[in-house]
Order: sequence, then structure tokens, then C-alpha cells
Amino acid sequence: MEQKKVVMDADGIDRSLTRIAYEILEKNKGTADLCLVGIRTGGVFLAERLKKKITGMEGVAIPLGILDITLYRDDLRLSDRKPILAKTDIPFSLDNKKVVLIDDVLFTGRTIRAAMDALIDFGRPKFIQLAVLIDRGHRELPIRADFVGKNLPSSLWESVVVKLTEKNGIDEVVIQEGSQP
Amino acid sequence: MELTKKDILGIKDLSVDEIKLILDTAESFIEISTREIKKVPTLRGKTVVNLFFEASTRTRTSFEIAGKRLSADTINISASTSSVVKGETLIDTARNLEAMNPDAIVIRHSAAGAPHMLARMVKQSIINAGDGAHEHPTQALLDMMTIKEKKGKISGLKVAIIGDISHSRVARSNIYGLTKMGAQVIVAGPAMMLPRDIEQMGVVVHNSLEKAIIGVDIIMMLRIQLERQQQKIFPSLREYSNYFCLNGQNIKLAKEDVLVMHPGPINRGIEIAPDIADGPYSVILDQVTNGVAVRMALLYLLIGGKS
Repeated sequence: MEQKKVVMDADGIDRSLTRIAYEILEKNKGTADLCLVGIRTGGVFLAERLKKKITGMEGVAIPLGILDITLYRDDLRLSDRKPILAKTDIPFSLDNKKVVLIDDVLFTGRTIRAAMDALIDFGRPKFIQLAVLIDRGHRELPIRADFVGKNLPSSLWESVVVKLTEKNGIDEVVIQEGSQP
Repeated sequence: MELTKKDILGIKDLSVDEIKLILDTAESFIEISTREIKKVPTLRGKTVVNLFFEASTRTRTSFEIAGKRLSADTINISASTSSVVKGETLIDTARNLEAMNPDAIVIRHSAAGAPHMLARMVKQSIINAGDGAHEHPTQALLDMMTIKEKKGKISGLKVAIIGDISHSRVARSNIYGLTKMGAQVIVAGPAMMLPRDIEQMGVVVHNSLEKAIIGVDIIMMLRIQLERQQQKIFPSLREYSNYFCLNGQNIKLAKEDVLVMHPGPINRGIEIAPDIADGPYSVILDQVTNGVAVRMALLYLLIGGKS
């Protein structure tokens, strides 16, 4: 039997994002040179929400980019399946920008490694910070998040799914027994 | 959806879903060519051999750039500088290349079916970059991508292909592709340049340019192959251009927002008037830009994974 547990509901997600938005502003002392880059697909919706919140707080619209990391994955060479490629859209230079990279779940860290390699191809950011809604542990690379919605200790055979209204019709974070090793 | 084929030999063997996957993937690759650093690490350590037995600027350069922007190592071999001039057969050339372990071989050859023979013989992915008067699949894919980009769709559009249909691999691949994707294809050219029974490919046939382009969304002009002039297929270039040159006058018969395409190289003033080739209807250079993206997509889909 598959066990499912909701670990975060819509209000919880919203409160976490509000706090992260404040933390981003506090740490960067405002919106100067700040930009957000969401990692497809979950990170993009979270980035859009964070942008809206930051605009509401500061009255400034900061640039938002979308990143598809497929071409930078380290497992392409090893897998028979070629992941479907989606568009990357970063319509501004990253030179000297304070970039906040946004993803839904931080797990092994390999996605973030790929994303950072991709970002460097768009310029030389002043720095890159990382914001995630869930940090579930089990890092395989020396990577940590600067802003975390919720730390969620999990076992390797569980899967953590962030559902968002934009793609799933509901806002919740679910932890369930999966088939992962 | 996934591309499970080893080779891309022709549009005839591609399904509608496979064409859609290639076009969607290609769309995502456009952005890379607009970056300051036009390179992604995806095909690092892979080798692509461009084996060209016929002259080419666009296609060969396009494949080379596509490979390089994906970080593959690309090697160009043209017949005139290879052992072919010493009498080596295609099969022997291919076996020797295979022994050096490339991941993909892109081949252009004057003999129809040459890429297919190679595909059966070697384990590497083969991409047909034009075989005789048979197929030129990457050209048709980049044409379809350009149409989709400019018109938002392919299905339901009327496309006229004008010129030497008999000897055109571009026409053949486009007829396969466009009809599969739901467009209506009209062909026109002098009678001796229209293959017999071409209607069986699902196209409407005309003997006049004017009749063919009435109300069409796209006009695809084919290059008149000057090298065939010796074969006396048509009386004179002047006569040909009198009847089959797209110009500022006859283009008014097409839709107001018609797109003019040409696979290149163009013969200015023969099949297309210079003001049309450089004019607002022309998407000829967009086709070239999209060509790089389509070829990146094919390389990614064919050799992007485990080899």
C-alpha cells in the first residue's frame, strides 16, 4: 500500500514563500541588481510567486528568467532516454547581477550543479544564491540552500512531491513511499 | 514521446509525432544561438563526421555549427580532398570511418539511397544531408519549423512548391512532411520538370506559376539547377524565368501575408526576383537560422544519450 502524507498545505506554502521573499530582500539589502531564475518546471512557478511578493513589498519589478537544465545534466551520457527539452528564457545579462536560483525540492544537488553551470554561460553573476521550498537532504555534492521553506528529513525510498496550482490544480507538498532506491 | 530511430534517412519514415518532437526540440535550441556564449556541454566527447560528396556551403556549415554548439567534435570530409579521388569506394570509406568510432555520420551523396546503405552497414547514427534527387530531410524539417514559427501552425495551410520538382530532393521531403502535417501542397513547373504520377504523393499539380500560387500561404521556390542546363531539360534560362520567376507582380496572386521560402543557393533573377528574395515576404535567412536549431535537435535526439 502506498502511504501518502501531506506535509505542507496551501497556507503553509504561501507563508514560507512570504518569509523567503523577506529574507531575500533582507540578505540583499533591497532589489538593486537582484534577479530571479526559476528552474523548470516547479521552480518557475515558485519564482513567479516570489517575484509577485517582492514587487508587492518593494514596488519594484525585478527581472525573472526561466532555466531548463536538460542540456547540462550529468546523467545524459548514462541514460537511454533523452529528456524532453524545454525552452530556456533569460532575456537579460547576468553580468554583475545578484542571482537567486529557485527550485522546488533540493535533493542530491545535481540539478543545482547543472543550473549553476548553465547560469555561468549567461554571464558572470556577482553571486548566486539558492532558494528552495523543500530541502529533503541526501546531498551528493557540496551544495546548500540560502533560503529554505521547510527542512524535510526523508528516506531515500520516499519521494517528495511539490504540487502547485499552476500545474497540478492544488497547492500542497506530499511525501509518499516511492520506488526510488 | 521519444525518437527511437538510429538514423534520420528521410521524412517518409518519420511519423507525425516524431516530426512534432523534432520541431519542438529545435524550437528550444534557437535560444542557444542567441547567447553570448553559444555553447552547451551536452555532446561533450561525441564525434560527428560530415561526409560530403557534393558541394555544399549551407548544409555542411550548419551541421558543423550545430555540432560545435553542442560541444561535439565535428570533422568535415569532402570528396575532393578525400581518398575518394584515389578510387576508394563509399563502403570502404564508411568502414574506415566506422573504425575510428565516431557517434554520427552526416552524409550527402549524389546517389539516392547512399545514406540508407551506410545506415545498414555501420553502427553509427546516419543523417541524410541530401541523397541524389531522393530526400533532404533536414531541409524539410527546417522549412516546417520556419512555417510553424511564422504562421503558428502547419495544418490547413496552402503551400506552393515551384520549379524543377523532378530533380528536387527538397521538394520530395517537403511534400512528405507537409502533407503528413496536414498542409495542402501544390506543385508547379515546366512539364518536363514534373515527375509523372506526382499526384500520387497527394499534391495538386499545375503547369503555371500563376495558377499554383493563387491564395497560397507559402511559396517555396526551388533552385533551378544550372548544372542540368547541359542536359537540355529546358530551352533557355530566359524562357524559364519568363514563366517561372517569382516577382513583384505575380506574387500579388498569393495571400497578402504570404511567406516566400527558398532552400538556397538562389539564382537571382532566374527563379526569384531580387526584390522578392530581399523583400518583406522573404524568410530565406530565417530558414538558415532555423537550420542550425533543427540539426542541433537531431544530433541531441540521436546521440544525446548512451552510445
